[in-house]
Amino acid sequence: MNIQLQNLTMAFNNNPPTLKGINTTIKDGQLASLLGPSGCGKSTTLMLLAGLYKPTEGKILFGDKDVTNKEAEHRGIGMVFQNYALYPHLSVLKNIMFPLKMKKVPKAEAIERATKMAKLTQIDHLLDRKPGQLSGGQQQRVAIARALVKEPELLLLDEPLSNLDARLRLEMREEIRRIQLEVGITTIFVTHDQEEALSISDKVILMNDGEIIQEASPLDIYKTPNSIFSATFIGSPPINMIKDGDKILGIRPENLKPTAEANSKFSGTVTYRETIGRDTLIKVKCGENTLNALLETGDIVNFGDTVHLTAEKENIYNFDASTGRRV
Amino acid sequence: MSDQTTLGQGPLSKTTLYILLSLGSILMLLPFLWMIISSFMTNHELLSINPRVFWPSTFQWNNYYRAMQVAPFGRYFFNSFVVAILGTIGELITTILAAYAFSRMKFWGRDILFAILLATMMVPNEILIIPNFITIANLGWVDRFEALIVPWLASVFSIFLLRQFFLGIPIQLSYAAKVDGCSDFKFLWYVMVPLAKPALITITLLTTISSWNAFLWPLIVTNITEMRTVPVGLAMFRGEAGSQYDLLMAATVLAVLPMFVLYLIMQKYIVAAASRSGLKG
Repeated sequence: MNIQLQNLTMAFNNNPPTLKGINTTIKDGQLASLLGPSGCGKSTTLMLLAGLYKPTEGKILFGDKDVTNKEAEHRGIGMVFQNYALYPHLSVLKNIMFPLKMKKVPKAEAIERATKMAKLTQIDHLLDRKPGQLSGGQQQRVAIARALVKEPELLLLDEPLSNLDARLRLEMREEIRRIQLEVGITTIFVTHDQEEALSISDKVILMNDGEIIQEASPLDIYKTPNSIFSATFIGSPPINMIKDGDKILGIRPENLKPTAEANSKFSGTVTYRETIGRDTLIKVKCGENTLNALLETGDIVNFGDTVHLTAEKENIYNFDASTGRRV
Repeated sequence: MSDQTTLGQGPLSKTTLYILLSLGSILMLLPFLWMIISSFMTNHELLSINPRVFWPSTFQWNNYYRAMQVAPFGRYFFNSFVVAILGTIGELITTILAAYAFSRMKFWGRDILFAILLATMMVPNEILIIPNFITIANLGWVDRFEALIVPWLASVFSIFLLRQFFLGIPIQLSYAAKVDGCSDFKFLWYVMVPLAKPALITITLLTTISSWNAFLWPLIVTNITEMRTVPVGLAMFRGEAGSQYDLLMAATVLAVLPMFVLYLIMQKYIVAAASRSGLKG
């Protein structure tokens, strides 16, 4: 089922709009992430998709059906919340069965479907527990099973990983992708973590200040940012931005390479050096700019050294200093 | 170092604490004990110049039977049960619906309406008795169950208590329930009510006890014997039976019994509710 947002606008109680007329399409079976800093409107978009908020203007289409004025309970979507929102008084099995009970699915069938979902999310050994007796990762899995059990055509995930610790976050990220591919469900994933968005999505929709800045595949959004915002929000360590007349040059740290040739633009002393596993990051003071460069194994550079850095022409992005757009 | 002394610290102050608590409980229990013992004595023993305060010469079990005979206590109990049960169920229903509306539904004037409702709590019940009686009389409800039940079907205090409890339940649960296909009513019934069990038990207890003990209102709206509730019946009995304190005590023990049993049943829930409230939601 394709999801279309048309000129979607949302303003709360006469405040300036949180969402300023966004347009996008999410294709059937895709996992799209809504990425952006807090307050950019990504969660609002998700709540509008769920039907929990009503837009001030614009339309939401599921397939070719206009669902803009349909109540949440009739939209037939699955949703996972940031704090999971499991029903604390119900066992894991009953939590997963709850959406089926609401649809008046016969009990035997409901138990069968819930158990199947629990197997898929690997929590079938916890069915009798209460949510309070589960770890964060397990609660997360229950929430996903509950969201998927009625076989919705759209799955919404609201920052589902932000309450987990770093290791579990990586694990659950893969799990969500695995389950999503296995079920083949169209999924929209809200996150403020660019790495999460890049690693899991088919398409990244980057938002800022109530507008869509750029939407592209993870690789494209990383390699061909269309604006300064896009270039700086995505990538870690962050991209180097160097002022050059009325232009700003953007160079990703891994594209800056030490060279033997003296180069007046990018030469300086190493002021910082750290090695994390296979990566070595150096900071080089070049005039008024401090540049980050990721070194390849084999490049030996020490603190205090003078280095010359260079980048391929195709890896230098030019931005207009006044509009912030790529030129 | 702190120079604060905490109660219960050290063996000496612990002893003091226990002595104080024991004295308190003796003070509380003594009248009850006296009532129970007296209910087994003959009236003569009760009124003699050297009363056998602590033990009857023989246990007069017969007192209970006689008390039930001299006044229609069976009917009084029936009335009290009907009023307490229907009144409590009715109040629970109105309380749950109103608390949900005031905590989770959005409608015009909601907060002002709630403030007005709260303000009515400042009005003493005694002031309401006359207008309420006039209303009841105009409806022709005097000496009918309606008069005993209907005026107490909604309690602002209970609504307030439950609303506060409902507000403490995370809003995400209602979002989740909506997405899972719940209407407001189903969400209330399947999620909010089970979660609010501790508050609902408190409300049930308070309502039942106050309904069982209510005296002034039942006294005013009932004239005929058949419609008296237990407290009114007891008071009348005191007037009618004159100085039959043995029977009066026996009847009083019977009147206290249902609430005592109710408390015994509910006690574990009350303790559970109190201990659960210390944990994070």
